[in-house]
Amino acid sequence: MKKKISTIPFMGTAEQEQLLLKVIDTYHDDPSNLMTVMHEAQGIYGYLPFEVQQMIADGMNVPLEKVYGVATFYSQFSLSPKGAYNISVCLGTACYVKGSGDIFDRISERLGIGADECTQDGKFSLTACRCIGACGLAPVITVNDDVYGRLTVDDIDGILEKYND
Amino acid sequence: MVRSHILVCGGTGCTSSNSLKIIEVLEQELSKQGLAEEVKVVQTGCFGLCALGPIMIVYPEGCFYSMVQVEDIPEIVSEHLLKGRIVTRLLYEETVDQDQIKSLNDTDFYKKQVRVALRNCGVINPESIEEYIAYDGYQALAKCLLEYTPEQVIQVVSDSGLRGRGGGGFPTGRKWALTAPNKAPQKYVVCNADEGDPGAFMDRSVLEGDPHCLIEAMTIAGYAIGATKGFVYVRAEYPIAVKRLQMAIDKARKHGLLGKNIFDSGFDFDLEIRLGAGAFVCGEETALMTSIEGNRGEPRPRPPYPAVKGLYGMPTVENNVETFANIPQIILNGAEWFASMGTEKSKGTKVFALGGKIKHTGLVEIPMGTTLREIVEEIGGGIPNGKKFKAAQTGGPSGGCIPASLIDTAIDYDNLIALGCMMGSGGLIVMDEDTCMVDIAKFFLDFTVEESCGKCTPCRVGTKRLYEKIEKITNGNGTMDDIDELEELCNYIKTNSLCGLGQTAPNPVLSTLHFFRDEYIAHVKDKKCPAGVCKSLLQYFIIADKCKGCTACSRVCPVDAISGSVKKPHEIDTSKCIKCGACMEKCKFGAIVKR
Repeated sequence: MKKKISTIPFMGTAEQEQLLLKVIDTYHDDPSNLMTVMHEAQGIYGYLPFEVQQMIADGMNVPLEKVYGVATFYSQFSLSPKGAYNISVCLGTACYVKGSGDIFDRISERLGIGADECTQDGKFSLTACRCIGACGLAPVITVNDDVYGRLTVDDIDGILEKYND
Repeated sequence: MVRSHILVCGGTGCTSSNSLKIIEVLEQELSKQGLAEEVKVVQTGCFGLCALGPIMIVYPEGCFYSMVQVEDIPEIVSEHLLKGRIVTRLLYEETVDQDQIKSLNDTDFYKKQVRVALRNCGVINPESIEEYIAYDGYQALAKCLLEYTPEQVIQVVSDSGLRGRGGGGFPTGRKWALTAPNKAPQKYVVCNADEGDPGAFMDRSVLEGDPHCLIEAMTIAGYAIGATKGFVYVRAEYPIAVKRLQMAIDKARKHGLLGKNIFDSGFDFDLEIRLGAGAFVCGEETALMTSIEGNRGEPRPRPPYPAVKGLYGMPTVENNVETFANIPQIILNGAEWFASMGTEKSKGTKVFALGGKIKHTGLVEIPMGTTLREIVEEIGGGIPNGKKFKAAQTGGPSGGCIPASLIDTAIDYDNLIALGCMMGSGGLIVMDEDTCMVDIAKFFLDFTVEESCGKCTPCRVGTKRLYEKIEKITNGNGTMDDIDELEELCNYIKTNSLCGLGQTAPNPVLSTLHFFRDEYIAHVKDKKCPAGVCKSLLQYFIIADKCKGCTACSRVCPVDAISGSVKKPHEIDTSKCIKCGACMEKCKFGAIVKR
């Protein structure tokens, strides 16, 4: 899977680094914990910039190339930061046959960004995801932890409006 | 003394429509009205009827309230629980029969279901080990450890005829029997809970609704093959499932049901959760093991099979969640009981995730051999909005479509394979006449192109070329040669790919080509999409009878493609039209259509 790599400069804090070092300390004995560490790191920083990957590689004693390889292999790991509100549109089969493709297009058009991109002001980012398992509510989108189901294209403006504070 | 129990669904479908808030408000309201001691609220796993969520059942009456909103709670508490008057407007209509409340099990959705893997989902509180134990939990494990030899356990599983529920349908007993005799310093039991098939969510429901069942079954598998360590590989997209499973593992450890010397039998077993990170190929067993080891989840060539050399190079048994969920019941009720359900070569029941254009979306568990017609028309309640059933898709990106003409097919492993479909993990997506089958093939290819791990060329390059060809057809630039070449390429990818992902990736194309070839031809020859989905092939028309000649459309058309005089029906020049859709948005009379 091709991944968008962010050009936004890395702005990690010392506190974040402390948290990450603590995580690495817990897991560094067993290299098969690499993905666990990367999940935790993404939880701390919101994404996995090269600087963070380098810290993980050093701490886990694996080559950076391997960390990068794993980060680009799995769709959950992101190399670019997410917006304050990350909108995730389910493009699983059940949602797709109920029109989630059109919903994705509408959001993309309204925000002027494509998949895995973030608006200039850092407010919204857009991702396409594969089935969150709420097929009974299809088509479904999530905005951070809020779930919106049984949508039509016309609902989109109203939902975006809610986050325009 | 508790006089009433309220079961509220806490599965992902219902929590997505706010059921956790409902539980919170319900508890507040109960204590406000002084009923906290008399009425107990239980958060359960998935009931299955996700279309009607959030769902709530009040016992002893058995009232099934559907689509409950937070605002409805005070009324339910003060009317039903305090005064004993059932709030009829919230009852699921099918449970009401001439003012009498029917049991849920008599409704169309539930009456043909037989719940084995899902038997505790929506019944017990998944966060309570006591409730699981009260429902015969861990009895099967005790029976195995204290009464059976490992060989006897494998024999029971083999005799039951259970086949892997994750896709291929390999006999579970044989898998265990192949692993057991291999000597090694360490063996592993792995559970595949990386349910990547879009539209399938039965494994998640078991994890969320009955996590102890999985722990019990994996421990039994460990005893049978001589493994002391197990891993559950769960999708990171399932946070509730991960949380409940971890909680269950901790509780099982505390009760001595995991860990050292279980039931004083001298047998040790422990479990660990590993999170996936969203890669469909990790559903393939060797790729999953590579991923647990902390690598890119690329598959390995087989042989050696995992039974000989699996996780960390050691003999490993890998089964999926639903397969494991059947095990404790098979041990408790016997192999004959399980084998009495289903068809000759497919025993037991199968869970399907019904989705798409169907009234009752949700999870259903039915005996193997149930016909597609029963699933769609009776259990699923038919197609909404009076549309016609066109096809059902099973097996996700590895499967195919069953057309309406074959709706009386009995669903089991072998019948599906014969139709060019496969059981897969059990997603069953219903499509109506508005679904374009070429577009569906394109949709699945888009998925496999993205998810191909890139290790072998036939899959990495082949799926991409397939996608380009289909895209050409949906854009209206296809030729009849393209259709033939599609078929040739499909067969090439099928026979040459390394793992199951590549070998099955062409199935959606082959299956739609086989059953819906006329739709492909319509796209190529007539440059038309019969279902009206493929955007490049749509054309806008004005229905003369509906057009009042208001000129709104011709004024908004950016390329002057619409002509006609005032108060007379207008016309669109399709050669000039750029299909922007502005006219259709503007028309107040619904006179403009695209087809």
